[in-house]
Amino acid sequence: MSSILVFCSVQDGRIKRSSLEAMTRARDVASGAGLGLSAVLLGSSAHDLAGEAMSYGAQHVYVVMDRVLDTHLNAPVLSALESVVREAAPRMLVAASTESVKDILGALAVRCDAAVLPDVASFALSADEVSCQRPVMAAKKLANTSSTHSLVFVSVRSGSYEAKQAPADGTVVEVAFTFDDATLRQTLKEVVTTAGDTVDLSEAQVVVAAGRGVRDENGRALVQELAEITGAAIGASRAVVETGLFPATAQIGQTGKVVSPDLYFAVGISGAVQHTAGMANSRIIVAINKDPDAPIFDIATYGLVGDCFTILPLLNAALRDAMN
Amino acid sequence: MKFCVCIKQVPDVQAAVQTGRMVLNAYDASAVEEALVLNAENGDPVDLVLVGPSTATETIRKALAMGASDATHLVLENAEGADSHAISALLASHFDGHGYDVILTGKQSQDTDAGLAGAMLAERLGLPYATNAVGLRVEGDSLVVTRQGDAGQEIIVLETPCLVTCSNDMNNPRIPGLKGIMAAKRKQIATESAAAPSARTAVAGTVDPPGREPGVKLEGEPEELVADLIRRLNTEAGVL
Ligand SMILES: Cc1cc2nc3c(=O)[nH]c(=O)nc-3n(C[C@H](O)[C@H](O)[C@H](O)COP(=O)(O)OP(=O)(O)OC[C@H]3O[C@@H](n4cnc5c(N)ncnc54)[C@H](O)[C@@H]3O)c2cc1C
Ligand SMILES: Nc1ncnc2c1ncn2[C@@H]1O[C@H](COP(=O)(O)O)[C@@H](O)[C@H]1O
Repeated sequence: MSSILVFCSVQDGRIKRSSLEAMTRARDVASGAGLGLSAVLLGSSAHDLAGEAMSYGAQHVYVVMDRVLDTHLNAPVLSALESVVREAAPRMLVAASTESVKDILGALAVRCDAAVLPDVASFALSADEVSCQRPVMAAKKLANTSSTHSLVFVSVRSGSYEAKQAPADGTVVEVAFTFDDATLRQTLKEVVTTAGDTVDLSEAQVVVAAGRGVRDENGRALVQELAEITGAAIGASRAVVETGLFPATAQIGQTGKVVSPDLYFAVGISGAVQHTAGMANSRIIVAINKDPDAPIFDIATYGLVGDCFTILPLLNAALRDAMN
Repeated sequence: MKFCVCIKQVPDVQAAVQTGRMVLNAYDASAVEEALVLNAENGDPVDLVLVGPSTATETIRKALAMGASDATHLVLENAEGADSHAISALLASHFDGHGYDVILTGKQSQDTDAGLAGAMLAERLGLPYATNAVGLRVEGDSLVVTRQGDAGQEIIVLETPCLVTCSNDMNNPRIPGLKGIMAAKRKQIATESAAAPSARTAVAGTVDPPGREPGVKLEGEPEELVADLIRRLNTEAGVL
């Protein structure tokens, strides 16, 4: 039986929630089409995580254990996934649209002779066609896009589906893999992380995002305090990443990350389309901006008109009380 | 190093209403800027290639006015149906036998946000590559790429020849001055007609994204605003 194969991204020893969301959708699509569901895990923790993939319905979990896959280099990942796609011969490959998946998707498609529907908000499969809706024009529109190719790769934006368990009796399939370092032609020198990277932005339930209105270290301290109180990950607009006030990893939007938390605080952010492209699917949006005409108020659930340097100290104190 | 930058003409996504105005893809503008900066001292060429209709010439002129050396226009009058798969195939045949040290692309097209053509092209040409670069440096025969990853920045050394896809977080592209614009007018653009593209995906139109429930705007004394917000987060939104 052919299957839908789900590539599970691993971070900090766990399968990323966005991968489990994609897997949940893939499971529904597969059962609707009479296909099996399988998963692929790469790297030294692959075996340990196979059980988790099975608890989300994977009947076959393909694992490639080589240590070279623990590095961030794309060439070995491409080779490993190519081997798995050849062995599993799936109808579709589905993955979460993470930065590392974006890194390899195009090249893998060429290598496996597949079609790609990247960064989709939803997808479906009928007899001969994979269809999807994907944001275009800085997410101002959704394009109905499809492919009738025999092998289709789909990457799914985080937060598009809810992750739900549905345990399956699965088997682990170890895929043979050797990688010749001489063909690498690239080396990883260093991974530079900042303190702000502790809570994974794209998976956070609460996000506190800062814009140019936050201005300086004092503003940043207020934003950090709000994030601490609410257990939030810290996000930022491009304006304050550019000034160096926040790390680039925190950037949310068309260039940055896509987030869809339960609660999003936009502090001193005007709401340019390139920013809202990355956060407009948040459930509750609280905007704090001193300009009553700022476009962010068009999408905010609760818009507070005022100076964030006045409002944040009050809000932080009140939230501290409310949370106790 | 010999650079070639793949540039695309896109609709101005920032405009509230689409008027048909077309611009240079912002990510490609950053790629052009970066190549110009890296070659500023040594005078090595920064060439351009664009696939698109005849009317895209203005976008090529814009990138030439920034200071690029030579440009090739692969003319494709109806480029709408050409997806990243098709574009990367056309670009791959262009690069056959060209001998560039570095090919740069944008990390994605501003209009479609596909983000595929760069890595597809690298794979077709058998080149090592890195995506989502926020910094580039030349070191001997290698290119040192700082790329924005999922958690932090990865510093990767690529042997040349190679391909890199660029983020607009890399730099602020220069606005061409009068001198550049005049010089660009005199430059020859090599035109070739592009082969018929072979797309693997099709777009059947666009729809508006699901609208959000209208929100409330709270104005007044800061103390009252905050108290009101806390109450609403508790009772209406149920998030506290
Ligand atoms: C191709 C491309 C991709 C891009 N990608 C991204 C992206 O991924 N993410 C992103 O964010 N941007 C992106 N941008 C940039 C985007 O267009 C905007 O320039 C950016 O989002 C603006 O950031 P901002 O809202 O913080 O700043 P501004 O637009 O300057 O807004 C600052 C806001 O703060 C308010 N303010 C000022 N002082 C106070 C105060 N004391 N209290 C309360 N409010 C105050 C002001 O009223 C204003 O509304 C991209 C642009 C391009 C061209
Ligand atoms: N028509 C085109 N002509 C030249 N380069 C292009 C074209 N389309 C895409 N590219 C390059 O590929 C990048 C984006 O790929 P994608 O998002 O897949 O469309 C762009 O930033 C360009 O560098």
